[in-house]
Amino acid sequence: MSWINLTALWKIVVFGLIAGAGLPALFAMGLFSLSRGPRTARTAGADSDVLVGGSMAGAAIAVLCFLIVLAAIGWGVYEVYQIGHPATTHK
Amino acid sequence: MLVLVVITALCFDFTNGFHDTGNAMATSIATGALPPRIAVAISGVLNFVGAFLSLAVAATIANGLVDTKVVTLTVVAAGLAGGIVWNLVTWLFGIPSSSSHALIGGVIGATIAASGGSAVLWHGLVSKVVLPAVLSPVIAALVAAAGTWLLYRISRSLSDAARGHGFRIGQIGSACMVSLAHGTNDAQKTMGVITLALIANGTLATGSNAPIWVIVCCALAISIGTYVGGWRVIRTLGKGLVEIEAPQGMAAESASAAVILLSSSFGYSLSTTHVATGSIIGTGLGKKGAEVRWNVAGRMATAWVFTLPSAALVGAGAYGLAHGVGGTVGVIVDLIVLAALCVLIYYRSRSNKVDHNNVNAEWTGTPAPAEPQPAAA
Repeated sequence: MSWINLTALWKIVVFGLIAGAGLPALFAMGLFSLSRGPRTARTAGADSDVLVGGSMAGAAIAVLCFLIVLAAIGWGVYEVYQIGHPATTHK
Repeated sequence: MLVLVVITALCFDFTNGFHDTGNAMATSIATGALPPRIAVAISGVLNFVGAFLSLAVAATIANGLVDTKVVTLTVVAAGLAGGIVWNLVTWLFGIPSSSSHALIGGVIGATIAASGGSAVLWHGLVSKVVLPAVLSPVIAALVAAAGTWLLYRISRSLSDAARGHGFRIGQIGSACMVSLAHGTNDAQKTMGVITLALIANGTLATGSNAPIWVIVCCALAISIGTYVGGWRVIRTLGKGLVEIEAPQGMAAESASAAVILLSSSFGYSLSTTHVATGSIIGTGLGKKGAEVRWNVAGRMATAWVFTLPSAALVGAGAYGLAHGVGGTVGVIVDLIVLAALCVLIYYRSRSNKVDHNNVNAEWTGTPAPAEPQPAAA
């Protein structure tokens, strides 16, 4: 028995980075593409908090980003549930 | 006697939820993404759900730390007393210390007092509690710093106001994930202890999992505690450590949620408090020009180092008292002393109250604002 489980450690670091930094980054990309378009370009002053730019393509990419984030969260929670109930699953 | 122990355990769970609301919701409250009361309500509900999500940590506490053969109900009760006392004292000073370590320290102290150091499974303690405690804030800080940097980089063409607006929405989601993760880790600890008590009582066999009524009770206790809310700790985390903007809040929460959920599923009972603090410091490091108040961080780190041994001492003392008096009466004496302390601390806290009204007042160097701040006009 070792004192430190290196396999678990690198898994936590790598998946932590993917889920903990990657998913919010994807969300940020969604916000970014949502804001593309004529509306924010024309009216955006420094204090405008308008988020939707009005470009269809931008909005579509944004929706895609948000959906991926939601799906990843759902999948992650499902995995944790599976691992956390060893009596009902086979590892 | 078993009933007494279970009630004490549920009280601990309550202080746990109460102490740790801040981990999940401090940043959302600080950036104004959620109104304080709504935030604690959502957090309470999700803690309840999270408690059912994974049972790996409960198994670690129940079977991986001390030799279940030598543990008696008195030991468990004394351990819980140690945990509760330390939780309340740190709450009074607004220090987000680890409820998990308080509990584990208390149980270990009581076990040593009862039957010597050989009854403690030191390997399990170091590999599943101490090492994760040291590593988890570092990993969380790393993830949060990376996330913060990415978020500001990607969203740099947005105006400040639009960015704040967008990320406040994201923050609600990420804060919810932290609450869920908190349930998978912290609610488990009390389940583990009650399971330990049931094993000690002979109700359950060694190596058993938590029965369903234990899971439900613990989930309820922690979510009620969360709803009541530890405003002092929320204040220290949200205002004291770094001044937080919405993208940083989201990065910190995502990092915490990811690290806690991953560790929970490996059965590591890490401290959600340490992770949340690490993340918040990480967001300070990841944004250019942000300032981390290292003296506040240092004060917390000191409290962390002392948590295990102090709670262990209180646990050992409580065992000594209960054992000296003997039997069920001894445990009752313990609980009376405990209750008296709680009342004392509660009255002490009334003199400089922190609640949902002044939780976001300007940081002046102390957990409690100097004067009751009028709401911003």
